[in-house]
Amino acid sequence: MIYQGKQKIWSDYQKEIPDDNWYYVRSCIRQNFFPASEKMFMEICRNVLGKDIYENEHHTTCGGIAYHCDTIPQETAMTIVARQFALMTEAGYENYVASCITSFGNYTEILETWHEFPELEAKIREMLWKSCRKEFKKPKYLAHSSDLIFKFRNEIAEKAKFHLVNKETGEPLRVVEHIGCHYSKMFPSKGVGGAEYPYVLTGMIESWGGNIIDYPERRHCCGYGFRQYHVKANRGYSLSNTHKKFESMAPYKPDMIITNCPGCPYFLDRWQYVIAEMEGKTYGQNGFGIPVFTYEEVAGLVLGYDPWDLGLQLHQVAVEPLLDKIGIEYSPEEKYKGLNSKDIMKPELPSGIKCF
Amino acid sequence: MNKFGFSLSPSSAINLDQVDRTFFNKLTEVEPDALRCMACGSCSATCTAAGYTGMSVRKVLLNLQRGRNEEVRKMLSACMLCGKCTMVCPRGINTRSIILNISKLW
Ligand code: SF4
Ligand code: SF4
Repeated sequence: MIYQGKQKIWSDYQKEIPDDNWYYVRSCIRQNFFPASEKMFMEICRNVLGKDIYENEHHTTCGGIAYHCDTIPQETAMTIVARQFALMTEAGYENYVASCITSFGNYTEILETWHEFPELEAKIREMLWKSCRKEFKKPKYLAHSSDLIFKFRNEIAEKAKFHLVNKETGEPLRVVEHIGCHYSKMFPSKGVGGAEYPYVLTGMIESWGGNIIDYPERRHCCGYGFRQYHVKANRGYSLSNTHKKFESMAPYKPDMIITNCPGCPYFLDRWQYVIAEMEGKTYGQNGFGIPVFTYEEVAGLVLGYDPWDLGLQLHQVAVEPLLDKIGIEYSPEEKYKGLNSKDIMKPELPSGIKCF
Repeated sequence: MNKFGFSLSPSSAINLDQVDRTFFNKLTEVEPDALRCMACGSCSATCTAAGYTGMSVRKVLLNLQRGRNEEVRKMLSACMLCGKCTMVCPRGINTRSIILNISKLW
């Protein structure tokens, strides 16, 4: 399809993203997987963009993973979500921003369900009142945190210290974007660009100087699929999905991958190690893997934050080759130093895939 | 080596640039009609063997075009050569003759 046509299609799927005053909810798993991403999001919103963003220490899981694993019924997930909305209402906010794709999908699904079945909403309001004496207003806007970074991608580009460009050749980096199924495959109208041409990450990469690669399995799932991964015997299914994506993208020689969802960067990153151990195959150059980032990490790199403050030492795939390519300075000695130079210990290095 | 307790299934993706179509090309020399199939599936829907064995003329033609000859061999072993598929093909393809010619070429 010609670019014009694609651009035309995604432009039908725009969404209103509020300018300011957001109520932010974190993800249950992102802080374990990519600990600095959410901190960086807050840092960018508050200190780089100067926005009002509020978070409340009393918020909990949205119940999304348990719901998709079939371990809790939807009514339970709805009551949990109703409580989150009550916290937002108490704090005086109307714009709800979720850090997690699954939460975003879960919230969207619940709001749509309540729209179709108002009696269910009434029942949930009653259950919430009985369980914790709370009442709530539904959010006026629901966004995923990548929507906000997308909205302000050009402001970030103006403040950028680095661009996604190979400093030796001057060529834009070749970037694979992975959108995360729950972002817009469930409700295409709720994501920027719909399900087929999600533009949220592509827009960021284009603004920050990179080139997006269009490869055959671009829209394929990363393979997390809660019911697959969480049962050990089914994990091969999850791994095979990721492997299929890598086999498909490898001929295009990507420099890096940018992701949207808590699960995708984790699996695209960690499975590269498992594939290297099982198959002896790596997908980057010279025995390295393809580095995988969250969009907050990429924004942080572009804005010139220290890679180790962005938590990049917790990635399985070494990020150093990419940092060298862009020309971002880092100190190898500081890699495994935590806050106040505390030694956070160097992990055992794998044999199948090159790491530092 | 499997120290993980699970294993990897090879990708089912088909790269048409790398597919070996020698056999399909040989078939089309004797049965040019094989190229006219529009994959409607009428043949498979009418096939008595299909329900029990997975035989499908549509899949046979598709698999040959994708170089998956082994799968075709398995499927064809279930065909009774009754010719019902030929009677329903909206393109008038002599599917029975195609099946016979595939067997001959093997
Ligand atoms: S000839 Fe073979 S493929 Fe065709 S309907 Fe009969 S059994 Fe099925
Ligand atoms: S009925 Fe004819 S056109 Fe339809 S799938 Fe079978 S062979 Fe092809």
